[in-house]
Amino acid sequence: MNEKITGKIIQDHNLTKSEYNLIKKILGRIPNILELGIFSVMWSEHCSYKSTKKWLKTLPTKSKKVICGPGENAGIIDIGGKDAIVFKMESHNHPSFIEPYQGAATGVGGIMRDVFTMGARPIANLNSLRFGDPKNRKTKNLLRGVVKGIGDYGNCVGIPTVGGECFFHESYNNNILVNAMCVGLVDKKKIFYSTAKGIGNPVIYVGSKTGRDGIHGATMASAEFTDDSTNNRPQVQVGDPFMEKLLLESCLELMSHDAIIAIQDMGAAGLTSSSFEMASKGNCGVKLFLEKVPCREESMTPYEMMLSETQERMLLIIKPNKKKLTFKVFKKWGLDAVEIGKLTNTGTMELYMKKKLVGSLPIKPLAESAPEYDRPSKKKNEVTTHKKIGKKNLKRTLIKILSSPNHSSKKWIFQQYDSSVMGDTILSSEKSDAAVIRVHGTQKAVAITCDCNPIYCKSNPKIGAEIAVAESWRNLISTGASPIAITDNLNFGNPEKKEIMYEIKQAIKGIKNACEKLDYPVVSGNVSLYNETNKISIMPTPVIGGVGLIEKLENAKGFKMIENANIFLVGKTKGHLELSLFHQMYNVTQGNPPKVDFQKESENGKFVKTLISKTKGVIGCHDLSEGGIGLCLAELCMSNNMGVKINIPKKFQSNPEKWIFGEDQSRYILIIEEKFDMKKFLNKVVDINKIGIVKGTCLEFTNYFEIPVKNLIKLSNKWFNEYLK
Amino acid sequence: MRKKKIISIIIFPGSNCDRDLMIAVEKNLGIKPDLIWHQTRNIKKTDLIFLPGGFSYGDYLRAGIIATKSPAISEVIRLSKKGTPIVGICNGFQILTECNLLEGALLKNSSQLFKCEDVFLKVVSKNKFTSGYKKNEVVSYPIAHSQGNYFVDDQKLKELEDNEQIIFKYTSKEGVINNSFNPNGSKNNIAGIVNKKKNVLGLMPHPERATDNFSSKDGKIFFKSIYEML
Repeated sequence: MNEKITGKIIQDHNLTKSEYNLIKKILGRIPNILELGIFSVMWSEHCSYKSTKKWLKTLPTKSKKVICGPGENAGIIDIGGKDAIVFKMESHNHPSFIEPYQGAATGVGGIMRDVFTMGARPIANLNSLRFGDPKNRKTKNLLRGVVKGIGDYGNCVGIPTVGGECFFHESYNNNILVNAMCVGLVDKKKIFYSTAKGIGNPVIYVGSKTGRDGIHGATMASAEFTDDSTNNRPQVQVGDPFMEKLLLESCLELMSHDAIIAIQDMGAAGLTSSSFEMASKGNCGVKLFLEKVPCREESMTPYEMMLSETQERMLLIIKPNKKKLTFKVFKKWGLDAVEIGKLTNTGTMELYMKKKLVGSLPIKPLAESAPEYDRPSKKKNEVTTHKKIGKKNLKRTLIKILSSPNHSSKKWIFQQYDSSVMGDTILSSEKSDAAVIRVHGTQKAVAITCDCNPIYCKSNPKIGAEIAVAESWRNLISTGASPIAITDNLNFGNPEKKEIMYEIKQAIKGIKNACEKLDYPVVSGNVSLYNETNKISIMPTPVIGGVGLIEKLENAKGFKMIENANIFLVGKTKGHLELSLFHQMYNVTQGNPPKVDFQKESENGKFVKTLISKTKGVIGCHDLSEGGIGLCLAELCMSNNMGVKINIPKKFQSNPEKWIFGEDQSRYILIIEEKFDMKKFLNKVVDINKIGIVKGTCLEFTNYFEIPVKNLIKLSNKWFNEYLK
Repeated sequence: MRKKKIISIIIFPGSNCDRDLMIAVEKNLGIKPDLIWHQTRNIKKTDLIFLPGGFSYGDYLRAGIIATKSPAISEVIRLSKKGTPIVGICNGFQILTECNLLEGALLKNSSQLFKCEDVFLKVVSKNKFTSGYKKNEVVSYPIAHSQGNYFVDDQKLKELEDNEQIIFKYTSKEGVINNSFNPNGSKNNIAGIVNKKKNVLGLMPHPERATDNFSSKDGKIFFKSIYEML
């Protein structure tokens, strides 16, 4: 314990010299190694958001429907009646690259605990995945491991995994992204928070025994990778979904008994962050008796206990008169529950090991005075070239898109996830733009989606982020939902580099602008920085998870079509091809993303939402995004195994590629009942045009080309099956 | 009026389809089931027992094996000998083969991967559990498992066939039974069987997930048949 704090030790803890000096100033003395370790994890980028806090504070976080914004374990929104929805997305990027199966599994476990800690029963999981070039030798195993890890964990706990995205690009070769989102349902009157209260109240530890796994996980997640990073394998935690299921059921059972004052899961930085955060919020002190912490291994030191990231553990402050009941409930579920400490009025964290004081730290300064940086930023010096590409065979281009890793069917992935357990899944992967889950026992449903197009973000992080928000909003609208709020998962490279800091600031600006314009606040989120290996950074990837409400279940819409239905296009098509899939297929990757006109976005969205919820005319709906009208119609055809006949407007007959593959924003395809009179709903504000009908067995652009739908399906299923054979 | 019947659902730590099953029973049979905790040593009176899907005891060692050591399963075995109908779905089926109430074993899927999808099943033999279906009717339920690859040796298979113990087989929508419509590698596409006395049924697909308006509704008839047999 009396190890001398050397410059090397400070460096190994990822602390800068000035941070170390600040520690000495706060303590008024030199810290011991335990105390230094605690500072290092609490002040790690992962736990303290020191590079982004200044900018995150600018995001809109309030609306009439927001019950709880950022700062708690997860965000909460009101969905009417007694129901509220708890949700958050979190990254597990670094661990998943080192050990894909466990890294991804524990990512799912962690985010579910964040949700049920607040008293909610998780009702849906989603995930947003980014892998390297499929040809990279590591990619295949990473893909297999991550998908199996996510599946095995969620399937065992019995929470349906209902959607997500998967994208391949060489910029993720050595830094994959695994972002997991969880959505839970809670009774508004029974929400649990993490504010510790009541001097003398017992601090209860429950769940897995503490082991040496994951020590310094949070610090690892806050540093760049080098070639030696696989040596960090012992820092990756190991997940046990069975333990998670027991914790989930036992915590929800105890919550129904009015015994819990505060509860927090031991996630990143384990016992340290949970105890400090709870005490800090409640302005109290804590005494912990570390010899009482259930340990998996012998002779673990206080340093290891405080920094371990063993999974499936919770920390609770309970009412003293409910101690017996608490132990009884946990015993029923076969869990270890131990009183490991008490709340005090000292404002200090006092750590005892066998009656000896081994560490003493002021809680407020440590938890709340973490450094906050305004890191310098600068736009990359790059000249954007605007290249045009000549005439291309349209049919061949569409086939190319459908056979590409990023746009072929993800069936291989989502069939490994139990999507129908809990009996409330109405629409899931590849049946709609957003997953639709019934609010249990009601006639309402929530729509959930996650989105990001990093190609747009790379070229223009602000517009790219705006599009990610707008796209999630549109996805919710097209299922018939009213969008309510988002969670954001910001994945970037090293913020100490000016160009990366520029991307971060711009992306946050974009999210801010889009959320304000759409009245679509941010209620929770996560930042993952240092996604770099050997100085190569990932593309900026701000993933947006959106949640909306469908007031009447029967209005939920997916990709459904019926014979002879009319096909309408909502929104103006200009034919923006820069950075589109059309260009990417011919290796043109420069240019600007399309702009979002939020006035139009909002008007078009409201029009579609009204049409879906107020009339019986809409059969199906699909928003337009990457791949434009061409890919959208192909997906509709494949989903229904039905054909369509489409007329390209005269204006575009000399450059049909612009109409078919243009990626202009704020647009939707509507499948409208044959006899429904659309005229009544036409107005001057919203561009709406009939473009064709549902008929036959081919995707047909009349006078241009046609492809039999059964061939589309074959093509779309080909890539994954061959890659993973 | 019929006398009120008692339906029991055994809950193990790690069961996760117990709620879905409970709702399906309540909705389709109008009976609120008794929920029996795995440590129960005495199941007094019951007209039918369900073993739900999930991952009992985390599926450690092998799916279903640890559950066979639980006090409640001793009761299930005792009652099954007395003729009480027992239905095991998914993990419940795995438990029933592990405690030898049903023949054969459920191996890892031939793809080695978990698989969740809607499948078609042919009701190849009719008995009390499937009285509402026509013989050879094709129905749709979802599957969601990683160990549903039914295996039995050839001699036992013949016995199962001769005694009409095979109830469900994986099939195409049109009723074609072959390897392309076998989601997990099960022998002869077997998805569900009964014991010799025909009071114990095990099946991998989930009828309880096929009883709602937005899913297949084919599971409703399964529960209706169960109601009729009580």
